[in-house]
Amino acid sequence: MKAKPRSLLGIEPLDSRQILEILTLAKRMNPARPRTTLRGRRIALLFYENSTRTRTSFEIAAKSLGASTVVIHATTASIEKGESLKDTGQTLQSIVDAIVIRHPSSGAPVMLSRLIDIPIINAGDGMHAHPSQALLDAFTILDHKKSLKGLKIVTIGDIFHSRVARSDAHLFSKLGARVVFCGPDVLLPESARELAPGVEIVREMDEAIRGADVVMMLRVQQERLSGMQINIDEYIRRYQLTAAKLKLAKKDAIVMHPGPMIRGMEMTDEVADCAQSVVLEQVLNGVKVRMAILVALLGAKR
Amino acid sequence: MSAILLKGGYVVDPARGFEGLADVVLRDGRVEEVAEPGASKATVDETLNLKGLIVSPGFIDLHAHLREPGQTHKESIATGTAAAAAGGFTSICAMPNTRPINDSPAVTRWMQDEERGAVVNVFPIAAATLGSLGEKLSDYRGLKKAGAVALSDDGKPILDDHIMREALALAAKVGLPVIQHAEDTKISHGNPMNEGATSFKLGLRGQPSASEWQMVERDIRLASQEGGRLHVAHVSTAKSLDMVRLGRASQVNVTAEVTPHHFLFTDESCSSYDTRYKMNPPLRSAADREAMLAGLIDGTINAIATDHAPHALYEKEVEFDKAAFGITGLEIALGATITTLYHTGKIPLSRVVELLSANPAKIVGLDGRGTLAVGSVADVTIFDPKKRWKCDVTKTRSRSRNCPYDGMQFYGKVRATIVGGKVVFSDL
Repeated sequence: MKAKPRSLLGIEPLDSRQILEILTLAKRMNPARPRTTLRGRRIALLFYENSTRTRTSFEIAAKSLGASTVVIHATTASIEKGESLKDTGQTLQSIVDAIVIRHPSSGAPVMLSRLIDIPIINAGDGMHAHPSQALLDAFTILDHKKSLKGLKIVTIGDIFHSRVARSDAHLFSKLGARVVFCGPDVLLPESARELAPGVEIVREMDEAIRGADVVMMLRVQQERLSGMQINIDEYIRRYQLTAAKLKLAKKDAIVMHPGPMIRGMEMTDEVADCAQSVVLEQVLNGVKVRMAILVALLGAKR
Repeated sequence: MSAILLKGGYVVDPARGFEGLADVVLRDGRVEEVAEPGASKATVDETLNLKGLIVSPGFIDLHAHLREPGQTHKESIATGTAAAAAGGFTSICAMPNTRPINDSPAVTRWMQDEERGAVVNVFPIAAATLGSLGEKLSDYRGLKKAGAVALSDDGKPILDDHIMREALALAAKVGLPVIQHAEDTKISHGNPMNEGATSFKLGLRGQPSASEWQMVERDIRLASQEGGRLHVAHVSTAKSLDMVRLGRASQVNVTAEVTPHHFLFTDESCSSYDTRYKMNPPLRSAADREAMLAGLIDGTINAIATDHAPHALYEKEVEFDKAAFGITGLEIALGATITTLYHTGKIPLSRVVELLSANPAKIVGLDGRGTLAVGSVADVTIFDPKKRWKCDVTKTRSRSRNCPYDGMQFYGKVRATIVGGKVVFSDL
């Protein structure tokens, strides 16, 4: 057997077996039934960027396993006084057992993992990766579909700025799904095709969505646009998920969104609240999957 | 004064079309004699037996950052030139982005003062505009008089057409080349790597190749109108080389240099967010790298320059997008060149010496250097093209260690460096 990864930095370094192991483990996890697996373990949640669901989700996951957590916000810590990520990491290393890190710079968790020797869990880095989100997305899909093999999963919107889209694509590709990206040129460069095997780009939303099993909508990350020009009306007209467009997908297609969702922008109210939307399931599954991640990385044995 | 006999070496001197076994006598800082093996009757103080080694005119680096004045935590003129000597460079052209910026005859002179402790020749490249702000030209005549060999706002490209035009025109009158770091920062936005599949995968914003070649295109257009000499620093994209070819075809006086890293690596080297692969211009695509090799072979590229850019560990051991741009390179330039270009049979030794010595001397007008003709300056680099060695960054003479070559194996080792007839580095 391959050694389990000590850190979770991204999906790309994992193989499908390691991915399925975490997903299988997640089925047994339930925050309503706390465990003591990680009793006495200390987990730092090091957040250089604001986050509601990911931070809360990791915190509840850790506590549901008996671990104690400490949340460190960059704005309230020595970091604001100019401490480097290296020094913050080395300081934490001597007092905690693992670090869950959210950082606006792509690759920051990778760099941190080279400098310190405790498990690092990437809770989202810049535009690079968000592996726990990809795992919970896969987990949610598997609640509704037998397997990812052969599924047509279409991701629509601001793919360029999305770490979720990147991690999802790696994961879906490893589990045998067809990954279709759809969005305008500025938010979806042609080079995205080379992200993972089986990634396709379809510019027309109707064509992209036709026959899809899963429709993943993304928010336009206006705060990261940095000079790119997006015509909002045009964007809504071409890429908003409406009930009519959703009809082009398979009848049993599910609609997902990693959040935060901007109603009226990437999807209509009607779609956001429709029976096919699994957005709220994603949130609950997030806790289960993050429990599984913590157990897989920190648990003595399982 | 003293005299040295370089005995039994294989002299490669493309500037005068000579290559062959010869003995060379250096006396009082000059080349006194180049004789058939064993034929010299000169009385000397010291004889170096160089059997099996190449005797080349001293290497000249057109592009190095010595960080002094102002940033001696990264490098000093003394440590930078010590690294240069170990890399076979007898002369280095020092970029002006020091603190203060070298935009004045006073700083230019200060950098050449004996007290700096340089062990090889330092030829300052002065700022083309005051403070490298791209607004007002510096005093070209005064700078030239003080010893500047070229003008450049390296790292801060001259974006304004009008200023670039003025710079080319005045530099032409004064007789200095303008060296441009070709980058349209309105397109590149200071992004940390090349734009392409790798930057997308890493979630890093990229610099499109157009940010370089469009600037090269503009500069060549302006040079064709204003005359003068344009030298393109650290060219990195295939299309930039196409522009240089086009410019030359229409009689524009344009030359170009490439760094070892741009013909060794591609942007895929950034895949693990290792900041030792972060520099500006960034590592480019595989096709661009191939184009650099082709340009080195076909002559489009005139010189290999290091863009030696030392930085302290704390400036590099940070998030990739926050890390300083630049890597060290003085000590591996020969190894990289020999390994990639000579050892593979792509270019002969005469071309290696052209790229590292003869052509750089011409580009910045260092008369009496870049050749071993009788009467020229006794700057000599002695190297073994077959010797294999491993780069060990802990042994660097530079003050900084931001070196991606650590652990890499190279062919081609510098065995001795002689500046003005004095041995300043020896591994004989």
